[in-house]
Amino acid sequence: MLALVVTPASAGAAAMPPLVAACSGCHPANGGDPMLPRLTGRNAGEIVAAMKAFRTGSRPATVMDRIAKGFTDGEIEAIAAWYAAQR
Amino acid sequence: MNPRTKTADARASRRDVLRGAAAATAAQWPLPAIAQSIPRVVVVGGGFGGASCARALRDSGASVSVTLVEARRVYTAPPLSNAVLGGLRPLAAQQFGYDKIAAAGVTVAHAAATAIDSPTRSVTLATGDKLSYDRLVLAPGIDLRFDTLPGYSEAVAAELPHAWTADGAQIELLQRQIESMDDGGLVAITVPANPARCPPGPYERASMIAYYLKNKKPRSKLVIIDAKEEFTMQSLFQNAWTALYPGMIEWAPPSKGGDIASIDVAKHEIDTDFDTYKFAVANVIPPQRAAKITALAGVADRTGWCPIDPVTFESLQQKNIHVIGDAAIAGAMPKSAFAASVEGKLCADAIIRLIGGKTPAASKLISNCYSLVGRDYAISTTGVYQPVSGEYVEVEGAGGVSPLAAPAAFRAEEAKLADAWFRTNTREIFG
Repeated sequence: MLALVVTPASAGAAAMPPLVAACSGCHPANGGDPMLPRLTGRNAGEIVAAMKAFRTGSRPATVMDRIAKGFTDGEIEAIAAWYAAQR
Repeated sequence: MNPRTKTADARASRRDVLRGAAAATAAQWPLPAIAQSIPRVVVVGGGFGGASCARALRDSGASVSVTLVEARRVYTAPPLSNAVLGGLRPLAAQQFGYDKIAAAGVTVAHAAATAIDSPTRSVTLATGDKLSYDRLVLAPGIDLRFDTLPGYSEAVAAELPHAWTADGAQIELLQRQIESMDDGGLVAITVPANPARCPPGPYERASMIAYYLKNKKPRSKLVIIDAKEEFTMQSLFQNAWTALYPGMIEWAPPSKGGDIASIDVAKHEIDTDFDTYKFAVANVIPPQRAAKITALAGVADRTGWCPIDPVTFESLQQKNIHVIGDAAIAGAMPKSAFAASVEGKLCADAIIRLIGGKTPAASKLISNCYSLVGRDYAISTTGVYQPVSGEYVEVEGAGGVSPLAAPAAFRAEEAKLADAWFRTNTREIFG
């Protein structure tokens, strides 16, 4: 089920899965802003750990705590895996 | 005007329309022989929703031709535009062109869409050109319902600006009026009921105008004449007003006289059931509905908005027509630029899957909107949404608003994040 959700849409292996589209307004596949952490190419484990810490509140946040609570472990792992695989 | 001039004009405008076509896509359109072999997607509306969708369709690498129909050559982005009124941001920082979108391989047609024929799947432009589509995306935003406020009209908006569309001239007009009013005057902002574009926007605007007045015309006052008994982030806004602009902002909901009976442009008065407000400057934000082209396409329902399938954004009323952004009925999701740009990407993904004979994927979606209430002081409302039984509902336990009690550094961080989101998202879409 989850695998289906994050399967790239088209021939392009880098095509952004729908779940990542939700994040990409602030964390785009390319570039980004110094204020907003770049996720592209980042270690998947780091992203997952940060999201889980945001979710429990153990990592301080302005908005990421509110956002992280909306995603399951599986979704977080899928999002992290996609960003980690991009260059 | 003689007939010859007319012909020359028509040619010029047609050439104008086609000029946006990048070399890479020029061959796909208007040559029908080639166009027919490649699925054609036409996107109407070049704001956060439509431009994001066109860009995502192109960036997907899928073999589709993408045409973006947008009458404006310069888009004035509404998010953060209230900071222009506060004197904290130049209008130019809000303005974007379509050159990079064209360079990315999207054919940009700078003309209004005047008709849509769903049986033959074609869009007619104001130039007379017709565009055939396999899939059509409508992202036209809102129309203001000028007829709903007695005394207000499109003509009166040249004197009492709404400044509620992607029209920079309206923001400049409101800014000029506030700058030229006498100290001690009253600024009135009228606010419609929901559903409407950017629910926190009117209160952000009141904050930014108050910021300007406090510094430049400190004896002035501001009244918000509201059609609602409560509003988003109400405590956060009102606490900030008490702290930053004490005694300056009055909020008048219907129970306290906020029901507008009439607007008198000559006398500079707004009458409500209880009071008469004599204003120096009035910013009238009228009730809204999905832009007219959605009614012409047969995708708007009796509410004036467009029901959609939340997974594909396809209209529930017309096949092969998708509606995204403020025009769509997207359940619990607010009509925000943030949501529209994500919807554009999801809709692009769904269209590519549908064209490829695959099943579109349901996905979660985020809306995260910042409101600037002072210099280095922003608050936000956040939600995570997912389609359940045909409509977007909020994911329980997630989202919410900024904490009521927070140090100045927290508010300043949110102001920086607002800026950073705007830079990032506009670069992704228009850059």
